[in-house]
Amino acid sequence: MRKKEMMAMLLAGGQGSRLGILTRNVAKPAVTFGGKYRIIDFPLSNCINSGVDTVGVLTQYQPLRLNQHIGIGIPWDLDKRNGGVTILAPHVKGGGDSGEWFMGTANAIFQNIEYIDSNNPEYVLVLSGDHIYKMDYSKMLEFHKENNCAATIAVMEVPIEEASRFGIMNTEGNDKIYEFEEKPANPKSNLASMGIYIFTWSRLREALIEDSKVHPDSDFGMHIIPKMLSEGQTMYAYRFKDYWKDVGTIESYWQANMELIKTLPEFNLYEDFWKIYTNSDHQPPQYTAKDAKVSTSIVSEGCEVYGEVYNSVLGPGVIIEKGAVVKDSIIMENTVINSGCYIDRCILDENCTVGANVKMGLGENIANESKPKIYNTGITVVGDNTNIPSNVEIGKNCVIFGNTTESDYPENKLESGKSIIKEGASL
Amino acid sequence: MKAIGIILAGGNNEGLGTLTELRAAAAMPVASCYRAIDFTLSSMSSSGINKVAVLTQYNSRSLQDHLTSSKWWDFGRKQGGLFVFTPYTSRNDNSWFRGTADSIYQNLSYLKRSNEPYVVITSGDTIYKMDYREVIKYHVEKGADITVVYKNMEGKDLSKFGILQMDDDKRLNEFEEKPLQAQSSNASLGIYVISRTLLISLLGQIIPEGRYDLVKDIIIRFRKTLKIYGYEFDGYWSSISGGVNDYFNTNMDFLNRDVRDIFTKNAPFVETKPKDEPPAKYNAGADVSDTIVGSGSILNGKIEHSVVFRKVYTGENSTVKNSIIMEGSYIGNNCVVENAILDKDVVLSDGKQIIGEEGNPVIISKGTVI
Repeated sequence: MRKKEMMAMLLAGGQGSRLGILTRNVAKPAVTFGGKYRIIDFPLSNCINSGVDTVGVLTQYQPLRLNQHIGIGIPWDLDKRNGGVTILAPHVKGGGDSGEWFMGTANAIFQNIEYIDSNNPEYVLVLSGDHIYKMDYSKMLEFHKENNCAATIAVMEVPIEEASRFGIMNTEGNDKIYEFEEKPANPKSNLASMGIYIFTWSRLREALIEDSKVHPDSDFGMHIIPKMLSEGQTMYAYRFKDYWKDVGTIESYWQANMELIKTLPEFNLYEDFWKIYTNSDHQPPQYTAKDAKVSTSIVSEGCEVYGEVYNSVLGPGVIIEKGAVVKDSIIMENTVINSGCYIDRCILDENCTVGANVKMGLGENIANESKPKIYNTGITVVGDNTNIPSNVEIGKNCVIFGNTTESDYPENKLESGKSIIKEGASL
Repeated sequence: MKAIGIILAGGNNEGLGTLTELRAAAAMPVASCYRAIDFTLSSMSSSGINKVAVLTQYNSRSLQDHLTSSKWWDFGRKQGGLFVFTPYTSRNDNSWFRGTADSIYQNLSYLKRSNEPYVVITSGDTIYKMDYREVIKYHVEKGADITVVYKNMEGKDLSKFGILQMDDDKRLNEFEEKPLQAQSSNASLGIYVISRTLLISLLGQIIPEGRYDLVKDIIIRFRKTLKIYGYEFDGYWSSISGGVNDYFNTNMDFLNRDVRDIFTKNAPFVETKPKDEPPAKYNAGADVSDTIVGSGSILNGKIEHSVVFRKVYTGENSTVKNSIIMEGSYIGNNCVVENAILDKDVVLSDGKQIIGEEGNPVIISKGTVI
């Protein structure tokens, strides 16, 4: 039987509901980031760069875009004869007449024990597809082996006043974990779990099977880790000190994108030795026209800029026509901004068309009426495959989705905080 | 109609001087992210040709490097594939390719072991997009032995081309290679369709007679005895290897939206080996106009009417004008680059000036540090 020292299981089934309309048609890991990438590219690239060449990707919510993106793993060199990437979806189990959804993070792994066993690994790396970071998992594995751990949990030091938002590891002096607390009201430590675990497979396997009998919604943070700790299994915190970002909200997503356009960004995509790979069909040249102005921006392949772009992130194939001005915005793949538009602090998802002379992001900062918790920092968000007719004015914290026409904009206006969602428009 | 492809990428293109000192013309970087041969390979692939041989001889390393994996053009298949043939020695034969026909003859087993009825023969150093299925269809309709693709080049310097004279039915009467006084403006594009078995028999006939050239010893020699027809192509077509200006102007053509749209906005697209560079980065103070930019580049300063490849860095207060800056080149602060071609990995330290003449760009060779 073949043997893998370590394989990875990447949890990519979550919706990421705080990203609002951006995750309506795709799972959070498939959301675009940094122009040409999708969030899942970061953990996947980390895997292959760390020498982990066997990756199971667990999908559940809106998996189509993710499946298309990953394919057979060619862009990440994960099209392997022995190993490679495998997409694992919930399924009907043999012998029974019904299947079940993945009910929790650990339950998802439990339901795929067979797949893991078929690769016969010594260790299993559990990742989530939600974060932007570069990490050498092979160093974490060395740490795991040195300490003879049953589990190693990657942690970040966070400001103690924010620690109650995270899963917190309480450790002894040498980073040996003695207690895990999920979002503690009075945190005893500031070591926050990053949702990256290495388990010795035999130990995890046992724990998953036992826990499945008690918790049908078995979760790593809530059940598996406390259980293994209570059994006295050795567990260490592995400190990670580099860039790591959860892009879980509209504001944090926008901020993390904007960090990339700084002259010296904290997160450097331009390093040769730790490349981030992605699936882009073809990489045509990017053109900036004679009267165009582009500054403090990152611009992906195939973009055509005839207008003005400031402090923005443009995905592949975006067209900014003459006389259009785009500021502080994220414009994703193949979206077209026609002439005379003014786009300020907006996020436009893939394949949108914005008619001529549209003004977006104007007016007062009034939180979105229907989803004030999601859209409240002034950013207007346009869902994928949306059309916006010419000559309309759109405020802040607006949400627009679908094939909208002039009749959707009384007096050619959409006031701050209003939404237009055309159901089924692009599905 | 199934066909196999042959790309003749063996020529030693002295016209490009120092640019092809270390690389084959087919491996010349074009339009910020491509190599010349990508255009032909992509046309082959999108025309349903899934078995292609690249015949190469001079400086084949750069080409081999580019073609290490065939999957980018979708040739990595059980049925078909991408074959790179260089001259080799065997007990009977140890010669280099003595000409275009000879290069095919030395790899005759490629033809013999295939069973597709047609062969599409092209060069690897021209920039265009063509559906060869249309040419093959025409070839069959005409009952042609050989079909030569041509383009009306009225107003161009015809002395660089093979010129076709045809009757009203487009059947070839005369073919003149690089004529002093061209009798027509219909120039051969070096793209031919021929049946596989006929090609095998013609090669078997001419090579033993010491004739090694496809144009001279097949097209011209058999122009009366075989039915050779012309097929007119009226799309964009440009050769990069006629001279430095050809190379320069072809790159600059991509600053024209219509030309770009052909290749980048309309399927089928041109595929190339991916380099996985991040998006291009325009820093504060960048002033870029009428320029194509490759991914992974970091731009400061002024750039005007230029072609910038991948992973180029331009420094603050630098000016780049009417120039081609190839992959990995570094231009420091306060530099001036005008009418120039900077080959790959050139380094200009702060304040350096590289200024050529319009129509006669200065070339800085690969890896030069100034």
